[in-house]
Amino acid sequence: MTAMLKIENLHARVEGKEILKGLSLEIGPGEVHAIMGPNGAGKSTLGNVLSGRDGYEVTEGSVTYMGQDLLALEPEERAAAGVFLAFQYPVEIPGVNNTYFLRAAYNAQRKARGESELDSMEFLKLVREKLKVMNLSTDLLNRAVNEGFSGGEKKRNEIFQMALLEPKLAILDETDSGLDIDALKQVAEGVNAQRDPQRSFLLITHYQRLLDYIEPDFVHVLADGRIVESGDKTLAHKLEEHGYAWVAEHGEPAGAA
Amino acid sequence: MASPFVEAQAERAPDVLARLPGAGLPWLDALRREQLEAFVREGLPGARNEAWKYTALRALERRAFLTGDAEAAARAVDISDFVLPGVDGPRLVFVHGVFRADLSSLDALPEGLRLHPLSQALVEDAEPLRFFLSRGGEQAADAFTRLNAALAGDGMVLRVAQGARIDAPVHLVQIGTPADEDLAWHARNIVELGEDASLTLIEHHVGTGPHKHLGTQVSDIVLHARAKLAWIGLQEAADGALLMRRDRVRLDANAHARVHAMELGGSLVRRELDAELRGEGARLDTRGVFLPGGRQHLDTRLDIRHVAKHTATDALWRGVADQRGRGVFHGAITVAEGADGADAALSNKNLLLSPHAEIDTQPVLEIYADEVMAAHGATVGQLDERALFYLRSRGLPAVAARTLLTLAFCRAALDDLDHEALCEHLGERLAERLPGGETAA
Repeated sequence: MTAMLKIENLHARVEGKEILKGLSLEIGPGEVHAIMGPNGAGKSTLGNVLSGRDGYEVTEGSVTYMGQDLLALEPEERAAAGVFLAFQYPVEIPGVNNTYFLRAAYNAQRKARGESELDSMEFLKLVREKLKVMNLSTDLLNRAVNEGFSGGEKKRNEIFQMALLEPKLAILDETDSGLDIDALKQVAEGVNAQRDPQRSFLLITHYQRLLDYIEPDFVHVLADGRIVESGDKTLAHKLEEHGYAWVAEHGEPAGAA
Repeated sequence: MASPFVEAQAERAPDVLARLPGAGLPWLDALRREQLEAFVREGLPGARNEAWKYTALRALERRAFLTGDAEAAARAVDISDFVLPGVDGPRLVFVHGVFRADLSSLDALPEGLRLHPLSQALVEDAEPLRFFLSRGGEQAADAFTRLNAALAGDGMVLRVAQGARIDAPVHLVQIGTPADEDLAWHARNIVELGEDASLTLIEHHVGTGPHKHLGTQVSDIVLHARAKLAWIGLQEAADGALLMRRDRVRLDANAHARVHAMELGGSLVRRELDAELRGEGARLDTRGVFLPGGRQHLDTRLDIRHVAKHTATDALWRGVADQRGRGVFHGAITVAEGADGADAALSNKNLLLSPHAEIDTQPVLEIYADEVMAAHGATVGQLDERALFYLRSRGLPAVAARTLLTLAFCRAALDDLDHEALCEHLGERLAERLPGGETAA
């Protein structure tokens, strides 16, 4: 089986400081991988590098996505190729209508793939279907992107966008942070509803509790810029029990802790 | 020594003055000559003049313009050059400052509305205009206001009778069109709303082909007690055009003016809005956008004076400069002694889309009264990189994402426009002017 995403010996810098120090990871189609790790381990940097944010300099290594060099693509090209990042902090964009934004994004992706664009009626029908799945109210569509949304609404909106855009690889960057238990369940349900043999997930999280609701196939521990331990979902429970310090002793050294 | 600009105006002036509508009226002749002499004596303001610090006139000073267009009545202009969606009421059209009956629409005016060209009023019954025209340039007199007072023979005279509510918007169109020489034209407008009257006025500056003419326009607007004016300015002059406008607005008790402006065209453009809130409870809301690109220079100056108690101003302006575009915004609000309980807010936010673009913004708040609420702020910045990345991460190409954010930034100034069709049209015009806008709209 060929990997959907293959990260090899990835080194990346932010503002001259090396954050990722030789990270390697393979994700096959339909697999759900969780990356856990303490603050400062490089979790969010990984999500940002994969989605193409400015300011992240890759100094070594490679990322191959469905046979192509992912790092050579612009963020919008990655999106059109099926990579989706659910933001840890979704951005409020005053003045940009949510529906307009979603349709522009949806059609831009279709256009980039050489597919036909949807008119506003067709699109609205699609949006209504997807909204139901996330239990979001339709009045959210008439508001500006993320503006005045509660923390939970913002995160649910990210998962709703994912449902709409139907990516092949979804990266969820601490989507569980700041959520109460009900919102967490809703987010998890939204993700689970989209699990598919052709869709892979990379869940980036600090806490194990998200994994109670979204069961991963693999769990990796990220410390000091590389993966120091990999296993099945039971690894998450060990971490919960012993804390990240346990990894530092048990696995490779994770710097001064 | 007089500059070529001043010299050219002075040289032909006697000839022009003799042929202007209203010539032969002793008081008007005297006034025009006096203003012309003052203009020639003082010349154009230099760089040391504080009010012109950011708008240099050196290039203008070296140019000569031919005053008065003898061909204005015959120049080919198509009505499709200036029609606006949802605006098909009374219309007054001027080409190079000269009234064009063939393009205008003055039949079947609603009751309570009197609307005619100044050229006609000066010939038929000039006396009622004497008060307005005599004001000339006694306050904030500058070279262009003087030149206008001396040489303007046409423009719009609009009066709304006490209590009359005019539903159909009045469309005032000033057109510049290609000619063999660079022309100078001058227009003078007078607008008066009686007590409890209401009106929507659309002031529209249009260019129908490449030219480098200079236009000046001075408007006097008086709102008597409780009158309501919605005034929407769309400036889309030709890329090479020069345009100098001064608007003087007087608001009596509980009068309300809502002024929207979109400054898109022209190479060197200045608009000065002087407003006096001189009746208790008067209110001025102003929203505007200026969008200099290429090598355009767009200058907006607000000078708002709260004279009476419980008067209010709310000014929200946005500027976006691209390429080598230059924007200037000066927003001055003065709350005079005795104007207690005034409420003044002014905000000017600006975006620079290119490293060569520049915007100078200067909010000025002077308060001499008690219990005043006042807030002002001005910023110059770039597009939010986080928002840009968010949009791109969802698949929007970089150019489309930039356009979408820029448009959203500008639209804040159009949000409360009541006229839906026009609001939509203005949004489209904005989008077209933005980089990459044609593909994103």
